[in-house]
Amino acid sequence: MNQTRPKYTNKTYPVMLGRKLRRVYVWELPVRVFHWLNALAIVVLCVTGYLIGNPPAIMSGNEASEQYIFGTIRFIHFAAAYVFFFNFLFRIYWGFVGNKYARWRNFIPTTRRYWKEMWEVMKVDIFLERCREHVSVGHNAMAGFIYFIFFLMSGIMVITGFGLYASMSTWWFPKLFAWVPGLFGGDFVLRNWHHALMWFFILFTIVHVYLVMYHDYVEGRGEISSMGGGWKFIEEAQFQEDLRDTEEQEQKKKKEAAHH
Amino acid sequence: MPATQSKRRTYYDELMERGYSRRDFMKFCATMAAYMGLEASGAAQISEALMTHSRVPVIWLHFQECTCCSESFIRSSHPIVADVILDKVSLDYTETLMAASGHAAEAAMHKTMEEHYGEYILCVEGSVSTFGGGEYCCIGGRSSEQILQETAEGAKAILAWGSCACNGCIQAAKPNPTRATPIHKLVKGKPVIKVPGCPPIGEVMAGTLLHIITFGTLPELDRVGRPKAFYSKRVHDSCYRRPYYDAGLFAETFDDENAKKGYCLYKVGCKGPMTYNACGIMRWNNGVSYPIQSGHGCFGCSEENFWDNGPIYRQMASFPGFGIEANADKIGIAAAAATGAGIAAHAIATNIRKRGILSSLQEEGKDAEEKLDNPLT
Repeated sequence: MNQTRPKYTNKTYPVMLGRKLRRVYVWELPVRVFHWLNALAIVVLCVTGYLIGNPPAIMSGNEASEQYIFGTIRFIHFAAAYVFFFNFLFRIYWGFVGNKYARWRNFIPTTRRYWKEMWEVMKVDIFLERCREHVSVGHNAMAGFIYFIFFLMSGIMVITGFGLYASMSTWWFPKLFAWVPGLFGGDFVLRNWHHALMWFFILFTIVHVYLVMYHDYVEGRGEISSMGGGWKFIEEAQFQEDLRDTEEQEQKKKKEAAHH
Repeated sequence: MPATQSKRRTYYDELMERGYSRRDFMKFCATMAAYMGLEASGAAQISEALMTHSRVPVIWLHFQECTCCSESFIRSSHPIVADVILDKVSLDYTETLMAASGHAAEAAMHKTMEEHYGEYILCVEGSVSTFGGGEYCCIGGRSSEQILQETAEGAKAILAWGSCACNGCIQAAKPNPTRATPIHKLVKGKPVIKVPGCPPIGEVMAGTLLHIITFGTLPELDRVGRPKAFYSKRVHDSCYRRPYYDAGLFAETFDDENAKKGYCLYKVGCKGPMTYNACGIMRWNNGVSYPIQSGHGCFGCSEENFWDNGPIYRQMASFPGFGIEANADKIGIAAAAATGAGIAAHAIATNIRKRGILSSLQEEGKDAEEKLDNPLT
């Protein structure tokens, strides 16, 4: 068996030349919609949030009754926050019903294999070592774990944000968060946390966009466009290896199940 | 006057004796009902309570504080407020205003504590020092903590006056040398009503006390323990400069054209949007003005730890561990710049270290391109 499926090793990258690429449907439509809604919401939230913290000096001959600029900025922030939140909830749901690449297991390290892959990614992508090219089809372990942190941060942003919003809302839902300011020691402290954590999202976005370009450039598998059509392209040899891997795992599972 | 007799006397009796007319009394009831946010029948409820209930004894303790709460209270807009509570009518013990002193004063307090066990209201102004043996705040040879525990035991309810009693205020600001502690952290098993502010508004204090006297129950409290009637809205929500905030018109400095026009003080550090109090509605000094109306932003005196929470004249707190001038944005911008530099270095290193794989990708791409360009060669 192994002879017909040659092992893909660190020496093999020149062999990529002329190899057939396989199209893999990685990101389902709901995942793509989530991604872009999330991206849009984050950009809008960061821009309006920053402006709320540091409003621009507007010189205007208008009376206050004739304009509503800051009110509009705040409204956009709140509206985007709702989009961000419900989109976030949806993604959590999709983590339980979506395809293999969307499942929650991609984000939370539960196996030794996960940690091993994280270390592998560190070596290849951060220290730029010349070892076996990393070839996760969906999220690599490191990316998945960072997205997990991203999700935790999103949760904190949602809680602090609705906590601040609770006292000015008439809807019952934001009022569920009225306990939050007390936990942080008042609106002032809460607000500063909410503002400071915005920088996580800004830094995340910078690194995220760079790494997407990096992977596209180094691997040539359509990393950037995958969030458009949902496809990534992997070498046939890689495809076969992954297939063998999956088969092995399935068999292991069956054996274990039989054991019990 | 024997205690048993004084117990039967009502507030109304006492006030009439002091020379108030019924008209004055009714005006007082109507004023307070309005301040407390009661419905139209509220004035009648108050007047009935004050005419039928015997006086509720009050012990008013002063610990680590500046007495601004008492000052605020006796300056509340209606003179009867001070008379009802402070001017001997109800007050059995308070260091600042009572005539008695020394052992006589202590004896008076103990008499009230014994005779009215479970009935009296304990008002506490100031925080309690818990450092060492509590020797930083002693009265009559006993520490503030001992006195608090003794008096709290027989109290019907405890009113924590002002930010000192509610959250420690300036004595509890870093480094808090006397380990100043708010009342609710020391008293267990008794309702503690927080009336924060530095000082709280006199009418808010009176309204809270009067609620207990009138209805015999504690006022409705929010999650933090403050009366909802006065602390459920932010100063921002009732601010007369709010339209400028919504319009995006802000004073940039205290002496610019915008400040003269009365624009919003948000950018010079107004903490109104984060402060729960009734200043915008009740105002101060008989409704004359309040900080924002006087051209200075709210600095959040009724919020927890407001002294430590950041600069008074800026919105953003300084970031812990990075010095006074470093707020979250400055650190964020520095971090973003560092990230950018890291990315540039990484991109360069990638092109060097991964040149093998990159050239093979490029070869493959270029090869295909050339073939398509010149299919016949």
